[in-house]
Amino acid sequence: MTQVVLRMEAVRKSYGPTVVLRDVDLEVPQHTVTALIGASGSGKSTLLRCANLLEEVDDGAIFLDGEEITDPRADQNAVRRRIGVVFQAYNLFPHMTVLDNITLAPRRVHRMSRAQAEEQARELLARLGLADKAGEYPDRLSGGQQQRVAIVRALAGRPRLLLLDEITAALDPELVGEVLSVVRDLKEQGMTMVIATHEMGFARDVADQVCFLDGGVVLERGAPQEVFGAPREERTRRFLRRIVEAGRL
Amino acid sequence: MLDNPEVPHQDETLPSADDGYQPSARRLERERLHRARTRRAIAVAAASTLVTVGVLYLAVTHAPGWPRTRETFLNAHYARIALPQVLKGLWLNVRLLVCCGALILVFGMLLALARTLRGPVFFPLRALATAYVDFFRGLPLIICLLGVVFGVPALRLQGVTNNPVVLGGAALVLTYSAYVAEVFRAGIETVHPSQRAAARSLGLTGAQAMRYVVLPQAVRRVVPPLLNDLVSLQKDTGLVSIAGAVDAVYAAQIITGESFNYTPYVVAGLVFVALTIPMTRFTDWVTARMNRRQSQGGAV
Ligand SMILES: Nc1ncnc2c1ncn2[C@@H]1O[C@H](COP(=O)(O)OP(=O)(O)OP(=O)(O)O)[C@@H](O)[C@H]1O
Ligand SMILES: [Mg+2]
Repeated sequence: MTQVVLRMEAVRKSYGPTVVLRDVDLEVPQHTVTALIGASGSGKSTLLRCANLLEEVDDGAIFLDGEEITDPRADQNAVRRRIGVVFQAYNLFPHMTVLDNITLAPRRVHRMSRAQAEEQARELLARLGLADKAGEYPDRLSGGQQQRVAIVRALAGRPRLLLLDEITAALDPELVGEVLSVVRDLKEQGMTMVIATHEMGFARDVADQVCFLDGGVVLERGAPQEVFGAPREERTRRFLRRIVEAGRL
Repeated sequence: MLDNPEVPHQDETLPSADDGYQPSARRLERERLHRARTRRAIAVAAASTLVTVGVLYLAVTHAPGWPRTRETFLNAHYARIALPQVLKGLWLNVRLLVCCGALILVFGMLLALARTLRGPVFFPLRALATAYVDFFRGLPLIICLLGVVFGVPALRLQGVTNNPVVLGGAALVLTYSAYVAEVFRAGIETVHPSQRAAARSLGLTGAQAMRYVVLPQAVRRVVPPLLNDLVSLQKDTGLVSIAGAVDAVYAAQIITGESFNYTPYVVAGLVFVALTIPMTRFTDWVTARMNRRQSQGGAV
């Protein structure tokens, strides 16, 4: 029986009068990849931000390894330590070198020694083809390089779960491939991930489970071949048709 | 964690410089025109400056009261007498600047941090800091100074100094902390919230996110306005003379009082300007260096 890493139960989230997430249920088993697809504004980012406690849910509950993290008594910092996040806009710290960006959390949060944190960082950088960029400031890197650094930064905390929010949206097609192959490698190594993406081809390739969000509701979910091949819902079909017309599938 | 080292990695290949490139006639002609235009602009600027200075000079020296003005404000004899005294007084201004400057930075930062605290628990602290800043930013410095310098001794508190320098310095710190707090707060608010979110998502606590991610960026951005306030503080140290502390201004005042000649004031003024100029240049230098080292737009 595989373990469930992340579970959401009837999660509801609204900003003022607009309900962004409505009764969202989600189960992410260990070593699997879940892709969140859906139109702009359908609530993908919000879902990820709730999972990482950057947003407080209005109702429902979220569990990490069976432990409720939406409990007000839960240690939020401890929860975040177990979840790595990569944002669409990288969000690297511009005043720190690549190496400092990566070692900040290991040193300050995980209390690793500087030498140890740097050794681990350099090793990860080397594996993502960034060995020579350790001393650079983020604004001297290309978009793809910045995004890979952001991935290394998220991995440096040895997270149990990795949340990736449209990590290729700001990249040109050539750099997209560079970043996506990193994600594929991570999947092979058994990292549990939730990925919000507009790259349908990639979602079909890499995901074990695809969730189609529409207006804050998980309208359809299943194996990629089901959701992409034989969608049950009319809205899913329409969304996929639009994607195909835009040449993105 | 990752076993596959074969991740695509792109190398930028820049065109090499030594490819036998010869500037074309078009480029040479364009550069010649640029140079000609620069020369003409400099000539125009120089001529107009000379004319302006000349007109001002003639206007002042042909004013009916000029001989008498020159005698009372620009007298070489009194300037020589005043200079050593004024410089001795200036040493007090410099010491005040350094001590008050350090205290102001600390208090200003604490006030700014107090104002950014979130949550109802911190409401009293936040409200207090806000009220403080509102009050002391609006209060004219001279009134604050008079209040402290003459009000505090009038209270005859046990163990509280009546030293005009200390009290004057305290007044400067009170007022300038409010200004500097606002500068720091503005800096903190220009750091995009996504930076904080990124820090929190790595597991950093709110305080750690402030300390390692937000403040370093905020402080860098406000260095130019801070140095500007420091220059302004330096001039305002001259106001402690109203408390009777013998600084550069008071030293000049003493000589003027004896001689009825205003030259010492002019000397004191010029000495302050001379002290400010290096600081202004330093400000420019720091700003330029920061801009070179890294763009602050960065990742948002
Ligand atoms: N902080 C906020 N305040 C108010 N409304 C918000 C906030 N954040 C998101 N929303 C709203 O919530 C809805 C869902 O936003 P979300 O960012 O989750 O969409 P998304 O699916 O990630 O879209 P995209 O594909 O464009 O990134 C949108 O309508 C958005 O306007
Ligand atoms: Mg989004």
